[in-house]
Order: sequence, then C-alpha cells, then structure tokens
Amino acid sequence: MNRNLLSINDLSREDIESLLATARVDFLDLSKRDIKKVPTLRGRTVIDLFYEKSTRTSTSFELAGKRLSADVINVKADSSAVGKGESLKDTTLTLNAYRPDIIVIRHPHVGAAAFVARYTDAHVINAGDGMGEHPTQCLLDIFSLQQEFGDLSGLKVAIVGDILHSRVARSNIIGFQKMGMKVTLVAPPGLLPRGVEALGVAGQRAGTRSSDRPDGGRSGADLKVAHSLDALADVGVIYLLRMQKERHEGGNFLPSLREYIARYQVGLRHLSDGKKVLHPGPINRGVEIEGALADSPENLILQQVEAGLAVRMAIMYRLIVDSAVADAGAAVDTEAGAAKPAAEVKNIHAVG
Amino acid sequence: MTATIAKRGTKASLIIRDARIVDPAAGIDTRTDILIEKGLITRIAPVKGKGGDVQVIDGAGRLLLPGFVDLHTHLRTPGREDEEDMASGTAAAAAGGYVTICAMPNTAPVVDNASVIASLTELAESEARVRVAFIGAISRGLKGEHLSDIWDMADAGAVAFTDDGRPVMDGGLLRSAFQAAQTVNLPLSLHCEDLDLAGSGSMNEGEVSAQLGLAGIPGAAESAAIARDLEIAAYEGARVHIAHVSCARSLAAIEAARKAGAAVTCEAAPHHLVLVDEAVRSLDSNFKMNPPLRGEGDRRALVAALAAGAIDCIATDHAPHAAQEKETPFEEAAFGVIGLETAFPVLFTELVQTGEVPLDVLVQAMSSNPARVFGLPVPTISEGEEANICLVDVDQEFEIEPGNFFSRSRNTAFAGRKVRGKVLLTLAAGRVAHNIL
Repeated sequence: MNRNLLSINDLSREDIESLLATARVDFLDLSKRDIKKVPTLRGRTVIDLFYEKSTRTSTSFELAGKRLSADVINVKADSSAVGKGESLKDTTLTLNAYRPDIIVIRHPHVGAAAFVARYTDAHVINAGDGMGEHPTQCLLDIFSLQQEFGDLSGLKVAIVGDILHSRVARSNIIGFQKMGMKVTLVAPPGLLPRGVEALGVAGQRAGTRSSDRPDGGRSGADLKVAHSLDALADVGVIYLLRMQKERHEGGNFLPSLREYIARYQVGLRHLSDGKKVLHPGPINRGVEIEGALADSPENLILQQVEAGLAVRMAIMYRLIVDSAVADAGAAVDTEAGAAKPAAEVKNIHAVG
Repeated sequence: MTATIAKRGTKASLIIRDARIVDPAAGIDTRTDILIEKGLITRIAPVKGKGGDVQVIDGAGRLLLPGFVDLHTHLRTPGREDEEDMASGTAAAAAGGYVTICAMPNTAPVVDNASVIASLTELAESEARVRVAFIGAISRGLKGEHLSDIWDMADAGAVAFTDDGRPVMDGGLLRSAFQAAQTVNLPLSLHCEDLDLAGSGSMNEGEVSAQLGLAGIPGAAESAAIARDLEIAAYEGARVHIAHVSCARSLAAIEAARKAGAAVTCEAAPHHLVLVDEAVRSLDSNFKMNPPLRGEGDRRALVAALAAGAIDCIATDHAPHAAQEKETPFEEAAFGVIGLETAFPVLFTELVQTGEVPLDVLVQAMSSNPARVFGLPVPTISEGEEANICLVDVDQEFEIEPGNFFSRSRNTAFAGRKVRGKVLLTLAAGRVAHNIL
C-alpha cells in the first residue's frame, strides 16, 4: 500500500485482494473472541479527526484502533478549537506535533484528506471527504460481497439512489469495476452527476491515482446508466444509497420525495434469484428502502458493519507495516518482495 | 390514451359524396366519396346506391380534412367557468374543426398534481365533445420555485408540462424540469419571456407604441428568453416546444438550435400570422395579447417560416376572458384572445387563398404535426381509421360574428372579418361533435 489511503484509486485490484485477505485471515474472527484485542499497534497513536456527524464510521475506526492496542484520540470538530476558527491547516499542524502514526479524517469538503496529508507525517486515512470519496466504505463493501459471492468477476451490481451527492457511490463505482464487476447506476437524471460515464473503466488510465482523474467521457462497457428500477431485473446485487436531503437545500433535484419513493424505493418485491441488498447506512426506512426489506435477511447491512471493523483494522495495520517494510527495504537496498508484511510482525494474534 | 372525450351518443354512420379529401400526412388529395360506419372510415372511393338509411352529405365544393389538434387552449376550467367550461370550450373546438385540444394548467387550482388531472379527466369523460389532453404545470402553483408533481401527473396522463402565461425565469429550475420531464419522456412547452425586459409593457415596442405612448414589450424579451431556454434544453438533450413564437429573431434562435441538432418544435398563433401592431391604434383591447402583435416584418417572417415548415404547428392560445376584463382602458385589460372557432377560416382566407401558404402545409400544421409533438393520436383519413375529420365550406364567404360563438367568451381579434372556410361538420373519435349542415 501507499503511505495514505485517500482514494480507492490509490489501490490496484491486487492491493485490494491482498488487503482484504489480511482482514479476513487476521481480523475477521477477532471480534468473536472473549478478548477482542491484539498488541499489533501497541505504542502507536491514532487520531480520529471528524468534522461531520458519524456513527458507524467513527465507532468503527475507534474500535479498530483500540483492538489493535493503539492509543486512540477522537477529535470532533464541534467540541474542538475548530469551533474557535482554527483552520484545517493549523489543526493538522498542531495534531502533527504529537507525532501521531495515523490520522483518520472525515470532512465536508472534497480533497480535505489529501490536504491534511500535506501537513502531517502520519499516515492519513480518508473517512469521507465531502461528495468526493469514501474508500474504506468501498473496501468493506467489496469485502462483504466477497464473503457472500466469492470471486466478484462479472458480478452485476446496480447502485440505486442519490448518486449525485454520494461519496460512497463515487468510490464504489471505481472500486467495483476494479474488481471486475459490471455496474449499473439507477437514478433519475436529476440525481446523477453530469458526465458520470467518465467513471467507467473504459475512460480510466491504468494505475490511476487519486490525483489522476479519468480522462475519458465515454460510457465504459462495465458502467451503464438507467433511469428506472427495471434495470434491477438482471443484477445480482442492489446497492442502495441514502437520499441525502441535507444536501438538497436550494435545489430542485426531484419533483417530490413522495414521487421518488413511488418510483425508486426498493422493496422485497424487487428481490429474486438470490439478489442481495447492501446499504452504507444510515438507512432512511420508507424512503430508499422499504421497511420490510430493511428487516429482511436478504440485506447484508449488518454484515457490512461487521466487515467495516475487520477491514479498518487491516487498513491501519497494513499502512504502518507496509511502509515499515518499504523503509526497511530501501535501507537494505536488496531484493524487493523478500520481506512480507506478515513475516515482519509476528504472532499478531497473541493476546497483549 | 392520453386524451379523453365523452362517450355519449352513437358512433356516426354517414356518406360524404364528392368532397375534396386532403390529408397530406396520409398522402391523399382527391375528389371522391367517403363512407363512415359506426365511427370508422370504411371506404374512400365512390360509394354506389343511396346509402339506405345512412345519412348522405353532399361534399361538392367542400374540403374534407383531418380534424385539427390544438396544443394551446386555455380552458379556464377549473376556476373560471364563467369564461369557459368543459362543454363550451370543447363545443367551440368542434366548431373550429378541432378533434383534440390540450388544456393549459393556469387554472384555479393550478394543474400541478395528479388529483387535479384525474378530476378534469373525469369531467372531460362526461362533458367533452372532442378529445381533451392536459398539460401539467412545471412549478407548484406556477410560482417558479419548486417542481410540481411532474412524475405523478405523467402517470395521470399529462402530455407535456408548462408554466404558460409565465416564463420559467429561474434557469436552475428549468434545468431540473427538463431532467424530471425526461425521466417520463415528455416535452416541456415553454412560454419564453424575459420579464425584466418585458417590464410593464402592454403592446409591441416600436413606432406604434411610441406614437401611442404605451409601454412596449420588446421582441428581445421573447427571443433572448428562447435563446437561453434552448441552450439549457440542448445541454440536457431534452425535448422542448416553444409556444407562441411572435418575432423573426425568435425564429432565428430556433433555427440555430435546430442546426445544432436540438430536439425543438415550435408553434405560432393565427393572430400573429395575420395581424400587426398597427391594429392597436384602435386601442381595442381585443388586440391585446402576450406575446403582443408585432410589426409587419415579424409577421412576414412568421408566414414565410410556416410556409417553409420551420414553424411546426398552429396553436390558438385560445384565451377566453369575461367581458369586464376587456371592457377597460387598453393598459388595464387582460392579455389574450380566443381562437378555436376562427383559426382555420382566418388562416385559409388570409394565407392559403392569397397563395402565401399551401393548403397541405396549413393542414399539417393544424393536425398531424401538433399531434406528433405531444404524442397524441394523429387524425388520419384512411380506411380502417377512426373518423377524426372536419368538413369545410370554402365557397361561401361569411362574417365572423362573436354572438354566434360556442365559446362562453367573445374576445376575438377577428370580429366582423369576412372569411371563407366555415366548418360544417366535425367528427371526433367517430362521434358527431359539431354539425351545422
């Protein structure tokens, strides 16, 4: 892995497979033990810097850090010096003076995670930047799908709902295609970003980085756009998005929420042939998701939450270990690839 | 079906002998007989015998045309039934040869949700003599702030959306409306007017307004708004119909958009094709409408565009007003004139008989073209088709007499004009909708 996880584009398919294998092998079962802690990151410091409301992401990162034995500090914008007018730059510089190993940042503006990365020596994890990206959500979604379906090549997924305002959609459109999935976006034109076809793999250059946006505008074979739920007929996975009413202020994105619900709410009647439903949460029961579906075992929503913890532990672990390996490799200047991360930190499951 | 009609009475059975049948969309222009049985056209060829008990109509010297379709009727129902109601409005339509009209949503309450369309549809099913389709509002209450229930109205049968009477000044709202209408694959019909440019004007801005001392509405208030709206439509790749085009610069903007590949159609009203702002010198409020009567250069450009096919449709902008709203000083009078009962005779007399516009072009602009723009049934004179036709007397000259109108209102700009082309018989959806034979 790179120093930071700012965009899903920072990872290749191989990086993702390797990272999620770590999550599966080393961390998934940890939460089922009586003693839910390993000493892996003992002595390390993790700062969770949250400028937006969050339940599952902040809980998940905090727990992930604590179960890895790191010292975890939570900084919430509404109860910190940010409320006194401190800039993101100054907040970052201040926190950096404590020499943290990882900063997890959630912020309402695109590019905030990359901005923080410029002013800290810590590894930075983007936990959501405005309508930009949410790469850790994408990784836990891929993980959840792998647990359910195994190999994801050729799996068809429909991403349904308020795609325009969704950072989760933006990361998942890219990430799902990286894994070989066929993605269909389902939304009325008013809830689709102009030029969304550019997120198709056909428009992407190989090995793109977060700073290196796709250059194409054509719809790729693996990314389609539809305006009605009829498109759900031939998919294996329905990925629902929350209607982000708080971002609709001042715009006319829909005739009315009631009409949206009548045409775009997904319910049990849309499930057939073993279709599974994912949702990044929080759900709006009765809006994008029918109540009965929210309560049905056909959705993987709680599996996603569980996966989130294992995947975030794996991310923190690999960011630190991989860069330690890279540093060691550079110092010794010998055969690259000889040192495997798993060999570097031994016995990570030993109870501390 | 997106348009409804009362199912009262029986389907017509009759023979029309020796009429000149003209239906350019069906490729017909011939003199022969036509047999209609139980509302269906069953034969277009000489019919032998006396027809038994079937009514026989002498068509000699008369034109048999596909029934007309109006994309722009202010039915004033609900709310101002004193000006026009379902029965009177559709009777007026039938008397003008129309078999389908599209009702505008600027009523009270505004047609901005499905329940209003449902109740109007029910009313049409019991009262309407011709098919009536409904156009929904773009914005709630025509306020230009929030989208109306566009998707629900589409399900209830709306054929298009408009805030007609008012432009959509907010470009962001217009864009959202295009997106919402695209979702249900329906067009927007736009009244294009920059209200800031139009100001408090009550007639065309030009020499006549200068001499009269009336505040003018510049042509640019229309053409600038059309140019903007077409830019937004093109950006969204949306279907758009421009209502009541009145000036040459507007035509230029539409032509430019078409050349660039935009899906744009447009309509012109009979009064703009025949009258000019000189008429306003009388200060007769029946020459007050919006857009206003323009200058002769604009009128000539409209006629040329109609003849060339650049104006797709004739639309009446039939706008009934109670007498008290017109019996005032010009500046205080309401905008708008009625037009359903005069459209064909006036245009036939002033444009076809003068040789400026071919008959087949006028017939298409009043029938098949508008039907296609809003996805309505295309009246077609062809064997096996439902009878949607009108029989027109083109020999006898007559004087337009508002007292004889079927409309509840009298505010015509053509009172006293001598014309030819009286509609004698109209069959709509196979039923007799109008008959003065």
